[in-house]
Amino acid sequence: MIRFEGVGLSYPRSAAMQAGTVPDEAGRRRSDTREILRNLNFFLPDGEFRWLLGPSGAGKTSVLRLLYLAVRPTAGRLTILGADISTLNRTALPRLRRRIGVVFQDFRLLGHLSAFDNVALPLRLAGRPEGALTVDVMELLAWVGLDGRTDARPHELSGGEQQRVAIARAVVARPALLLADEPTGNLDDGQAERLMRLLKELNRLGTTVVIATHNDALVARHPAPALRLDQGRLLSARRN
Amino acid sequence: MAQAIAPNKPSPNKPSPNKPGANKLRRRKNLRPAGFDELGLRRALDDRMLPALVAAMAFLAALGLAGFFVAASLARHWQDGAASTLTVQVPDPGLAMEPGSARGETRRDRVVAMLARTPGVVSARALSDDELNELLAPWIGAGPNNGLERLTLPLPGVVQVRLGATPPKLDELERQLAAAVPRTLVESHQVWIGRLATLARSLQACAGGVLVVVAGVAAAVVAAATRAGLVQRRQAIEIVHGLGATDGYIAGRFTRRTTRLAAIGGLLGATAALPVLLGLAQLGAPFVSGGAEAASAGFPQLPALLWFGLPALPVAAGAIGFVTAQATVRSWLRRLP
Repeated sequence: MIRFEGVGLSYPRSAAMQAGTVPDEAGRRRSDTREILRNLNFFLPDGEFRWLLGPSGAGKTSVLRLLYLAVRPTAGRLTILGADISTLNRTALPRLRRRIGVVFQDFRLLGHLSAFDNVALPLRLAGRPEGALTVDVMELLAWVGLDGRTDARPHELSGGEQQRVAIARAVVARPALLLADEPTGNLDDGQAERLMRLLKELNRLGTTVVIATHNDALVARHPAPALRLDQGRLLSARRN
Repeated sequence: MAQAIAPNKPSPNKPSPNKPGANKLRRRKNLRPAGFDELGLRRALDDRMLPALVAAMAFLAALGLAGFFVAASLARHWQDGAASTLTVQVPDPGLAMEPGSARGETRRDRVVAMLARTPGVVSARALSDDELNELLAPWIGAGPNNGLERLTLPLPGVVQVRLGATPPKLDELERQLAAAVPRTLVESHQVWIGRLATLARSLQACAGGVLVVVAGVAAAVVAAATRAGLVQRRQAIEIVHGLGATDGYIAGRFTRRTTRLAAIGGLLGATAALPVLLGLAQLGAPFVSGGAEAASAGFPQLPALLWFGLPALPVAAGAIGFVTAQATVRSWLRRLP
């Protein structure tokens, strides 16, 4: 269950510029904060599927950052998978993060690890024995079409292959919440459709799925409720 | 596939022959190497620079440790000696006492007899002329044409006194001896030996200070290396943190490497210091009772505690590596949510 109640997010202005979340305002240096998200209110029951839509700079990535616990809200109350993030002790966050899978736009693979080790990492962090994780990792790598490239390092893979490794890593631990930021950006149409089928299958099995995308065609092919953002505000939470 | 990715439900562990990739599982069983390095720390924490710096610190620590133990030993030795011995000088030792004294008793005999009766005195022994000659040989020479035979100086008799656990009051003893045998002097050595012991204690404190400083510098070196590693591997750490790694897990990864590298450095430094310390012990052997014989036999003596202290250096270096890396990484990780 995900609940946003008057959630706001502000970054220190310098940090916000550094992160590229707000435009550089002609080099002006001010020590105040920049409000990225304002008064977000919505509720997602377990097992829901949502598109996260909006123009560039609308705050989609910031919403995702809140959802995968990279930042805490600076205003309001945020509940993720039943835990109140606003008040949750920091030591309880890692356990919660292990229940959340994320497909990043820039993949965020570990360059010195093989595709197998990248995908296996969430399971190893969760303390899964080697013998038990190998099957799942190999299955997923095979499913994303990389069973012949398990030992390849990310720099030896194409962009599409890296994205498929990132997708496998996000789902290998069977997360309760799956987040994706432009997950089909480097995939051809066939691969994109296979990914969408996987995400819908996960959703059908109970995983809550939130996907941020600009791909209108993809959204049109897979109609589902959408959260529409503009300038840090939620415009609608209605069906697409 | 659906079963394998179903949320929060266990999946079968055994490979199924008809599942994709199952034919590769047999050769994948031990895929994770023992030193699995998900943070890439082998590149971030150099396995040459950190051990070399810690080895230099351990070498200095070994010298400081030796100085500490030797100074402590000397101070104890001198203090014990000062408290347990004194010297009594008897001018004109061969002169007979007054006619009332027993059977030609000399002044020296009277002093020795009085000391022997004094409570708290274990033994009182007058040095012979040969012993006096040997004692003065460094200054007046030895042999038939030198030494006491050539001198016409009136040398005093010297009585060596060993004191017990409850020695007599020296002022009172000197007064009694001087009253019975005029001009007798009691020299306790305590002032000089006390000053030497104070000097030795000061040297010991300095050596202890050196050890503390060396430990601090070693901790600073480990902290700097760890911080450099954190900066270099920041992205990997953030990824692993985002995947649900705890602070303890990440700190443990750093700690395992820094502890090992620091312990190796400590071992190298202590090993390098050993021949130096043995050489110094050889040089210092003549100044230690029983040391000269041991040294001449080819076994220079190190303070016994040093044989425990030197092996402890790699352990201490490893402990410094562990504690410093834990503190540094955990402090750094607190900036992450």
